[in-house]
Amino acid sequence: MLTFVRRRIVSSAVPLVVVILGVFCLARLTGDPAKLYLPLSATPQMREDFLARNGFDKPLIEQLWDYLEGLFTLDFGESLRTGQDAAGMALRAFPATLQLAGATMLLAIVGAVLIGSWAAYKPNSLADRLSGLLSMAAASMPDFWFAIMGVLVFAVTLGWLPTSGVVGGPEVWVLPLLTLLIRPFGVLVQVVRGAMVSALSAPYVKVARSKGASEPRVVFGHALRNAAPPVLTVAGDLTVGLVNGAVVVETIFGWPGIGKLMIDSILQRDFAVLQAAVLITAVTIFALNILVDLCHALLDSRVRQAVTA
Amino acid sequence: MSSPSSSNAPALEVDGLSVELRTRHGEVRAVDGVGFAVRSGETLALLGESGCGKSMTAQAIVGLLDPVASVTGGSVRLAGTDVLALDRAGRRKLAGPKLSIVFQDALTALNPVQTVGAQLAEPFRIHRKMSRKDALAKAAELMERVGIPDPKARLSAYPHQFSGGMRQRLLIAMAVALDPDVLLADEPTTALDVTVQAQIMELLRELRTERDMAVVLITHDLAVVAEHADHVAVMYAGRVVETGPVQDVFADPRHPYTRGLLASVPAKVGRGEELRSIKGGPPELHAIPAGCAFQARCPMVADVCRTDHPGLAETAPGRAAACHFATKEPAHV
Amino acid sequence: MTVSEQKKGGDSMTATLDTAAQPEDARSQAGRTRWWTLLLRDRVATAAAVVLLLVVLATTLGQLLIGDLDTKQNLRATNTPPGFGHGWEFVLGSDALGRSVLARLMVAGGTSLSVAVPAVLISLIVGGAWGMWAGYHRGWRENVSMRVADIILSFPSLLLAVVVLYIFSPSAANIVAVLAIARIPVYLRTARAESAELRGRLFVDAARTFGTRSGAVIVRHIAPVVAPTLLTVATVDFCFVMLAESSLSFLGIGIQPPDVSWGLMVAQGRQYLQTAWWTAVFPGLAIVITTVSATLLASWFRLATDPAQRWRLALPRGRRGRRSAPVLPEVTQ
Repeated sequence: MLTFVRRRIVSSAVPLVVVILGVFCLARLTGDPAKLYLPLSATPQMREDFLARNGFDKPLIEQLWDYLEGLFTLDFGESLRTGQDAAGMALRAFPATLQLAGATMLLAIVGAVLIGSWAAYKPNSLADRLSGLLSMAAASMPDFWFAIMGVLVFAVTLGWLPTSGVVGGPEVWVLPLLTLLIRPFGVLVQVVRGAMVSALSAPYVKVARSKGASEPRVVFGHALRNAAPPVLTVAGDLTVGLVNGAVVVETIFGWPGIGKLMIDSILQRDFAVLQAAVLITAVTIFALNILVDLCHALLDSRVRQAVTA
Repeated sequence: MSSPSSSNAPALEVDGLSVELRTRHGEVRAVDGVGFAVRSGETLALLGESGCGKSMTAQAIVGLLDPVASVTGGSVRLAGTDVLALDRAGRRKLAGPKLSIVFQDALTALNPVQTVGAQLAEPFRIHRKMSRKDALAKAAELMERVGIPDPKARLSAYPHQFSGGMRQRLLIAMAVALDPDVLLADEPTTALDVTVQAQIMELLRELRTERDMAVVLITHDLAVVAEHADHVAVMYAGRVVETGPVQDVFADPRHPYTRGLLASVPAKVGRGEELRSIKGGPPELHAIPAGCAFQARCPMVADVCRTDHPGLAETAPGRAAACHFATKEPAHV
Repeated sequence: MTVSEQKKGGDSMTATLDTAAQPEDARSQAGRTRWWTLLLRDRVATAAAVVLLLVVLATTLGQLLIGDLDTKQNLRATNTPPGFGHGWEFVLGSDALGRSVLARLMVAGGTSLSVAVPAVLISLIVGGAWGMWAGYHRGWRENVSMRVADIILSFPSLLLAVVVLYIFSPSAANIVAVLAIARIPVYLRTARAESAELRGRLFVDAARTFGTRSGAVIVRHIAPVVAPTLLTVATVDFCFVMLAESSLSFLGIGIQPPDVSWGLMVAQGRQYLQTAWWTAVFPGLAIVITTVSATLLASWFRLATDPAQRWRLALPRGRRGRRSAPVLPEVTQ
């Protein structure tokens, strides 16, 4: 098991390294980093000061060294807007996103497993066709528009829920959660349904029934575990894609997470903060990929053998 | 081969069983009025080519038909009670302790992501409400009984870590876990090589005697029938065409189809003689002709075969055949 | 016989037809007419195709009809609610500057499509060719390509777009480039898998033994087989790209005013949610209608290009309907 983890960490680290180097290169690609880091109104004197202070006048290889050193000490420079430490800002924004994303994925997976299994239990039944149509619509829904419609109906017209913000009771969670949920949920229902249809038609399901296993035992004990790998893979990809949704949701509802931080720093041209936010997200995704691989290995002994062999 | 019948009442009695399938040609009858009976300690072979409805008969008996198929008539009596009349919960109670089935493809019939220990322990957990530990101990006993070496250590192994023969043993172990009264074995040896086949059939025979089970053996292999069955029911195009004690039927077949099957076995043909096969193939289920289903391939076909469907009629005590000419001596075919 | 076995049977039967080893003209005419009849038989898919066609027509030819209506301001008729009282151009109301929402929808749709379609086509062609090349040659070319695909896919597309569009200004061309790069791996993976599988097939071997160069084998023998799958993927991906573009525009880092796309219209209308809901509702609705239609068409396309499933579409549209009972192709047990 330890060899397995080690191997996965090594192979998953490649994308992370590419992102780290990519951000470094991109920041210098435009020729003038001062343009990225400084406000548009900066004077030539400010630029020179900035270049010297941040070492942009040094040779590229030394810059890379400084950059990597900065990564390990979590030093990404200062925010232009607030003058605060960029890494600190990103780290403070991070838990809000994590809570929202975690709650979303939990709800999406549990809900999709229940509804997808229900649909797969009787293929082509009314329930199956209904859930198929709805999940298809959910998966192709523009989330920002869904959020605005939610605001229009429940906040503006009915006045049941707040339009934005995080202060208050559980009601502030409803619209952000639903918005972030809708597309991953739609996709997952379809994946669970497909995987469960093939798992439920497998011979071992018949064998389980021939042993007198109850239907819940057949569906959740035997079929679901076999249907899990494709669901897990897609759920992992969707969690990575959740960053996309988080940017939209946090912007619309003023949720103080990392997505909103990214958009704000883009709109106000605050490159140091953007860089910190992107790198922290990349590290999280790296950890997530390893977690998904581990779950695969725990679910199926064949995966463990294939990788460690 | 012939074991004494322990009681007179059959353990399993199937009567007029019909199964229909939904296809793009509409509803077709895959099993049509099949009937047979097996006593405890005896083996009945359900013999036929692939496609004749024998597997579907077995699945209808244990209530595991695919959703496209449904039972449309007949009865399946287990020690007197009609299981087809029971609700799902009632059938679940019987599945395992009374009625059990061994499937043919052991690789796909075992759950790939569960340990074999968990799968073998499952019948005990479900029906006897045993603790995990006790059930696993029982599972180890079972593995030992079916001849799997080092059972305690292999409880935590996965199906893909076993050979084909061992997997089939595991499936059999699972099926006999709760000492069922009736055991159906659906082509239990087709996927195996010849030496392993013999071992598996031997194991089944031992278990039958030891636990006094009634066994229904579904097969297309005449040699297996000759060696391991007491009675035989020959199926063709969803119907039973001949039944009787194996020795009698094989010595003196009364249906031209049975005769054709026997003539196609190499061992029965003398040196230099032509090895015969039955010409053509069985009819498509959606295009079964009026009259006898075998007419297109029958060497004895007459006008009556094209209009009248021959019923199963007694030819001798304990024997029956579905042929208009069952009592006539065959013309040389 | 189980349902899955039936499907396998169907697959092997039609697989020979589908390898497309036949010369070009053998597949053409007959094949094409069959696609049309298949599509017309499915009411949902036909409706989806018609809707998509209407969207394309409205956003291309429609723009010619409206002249400068989309930019003509009328400050005395701002935020007119939808209705028939103000002439056809204000059927969907007007925005805060008194511009026709309908006219702006058409122009914005044109922008959205002119980003989504090129992005999909570029990633389809580049990813498809790259994938076929990698799958055909195997070895290091395949490994490197798959690693590149992994890297791109393990990074959220919006994040990539955000960084790139920050550094290079957000123009339509840059958005197309970013989205195309982000989606190349999807086609790369699909094309690689299929091409690696085809490489081992007989007709490709035959071409290679005749000394055909690899480029020619890929174009003449592999591409025609992989194309239907890639087109299905492209249809699904069209939705993704469309949603990504509208998200970017909504967030203010996509299409920039004075140009307009559906996403940007939603963003602009959002400020007037309380006073003029229609300015935000209709562009979003346009996105939903387009993406849902594309998804429906894609799911039909997937059925139609899968030889194991295609027969479903050929069923008569009877009382039981296309998707109701799981009807089997053939009963050969």
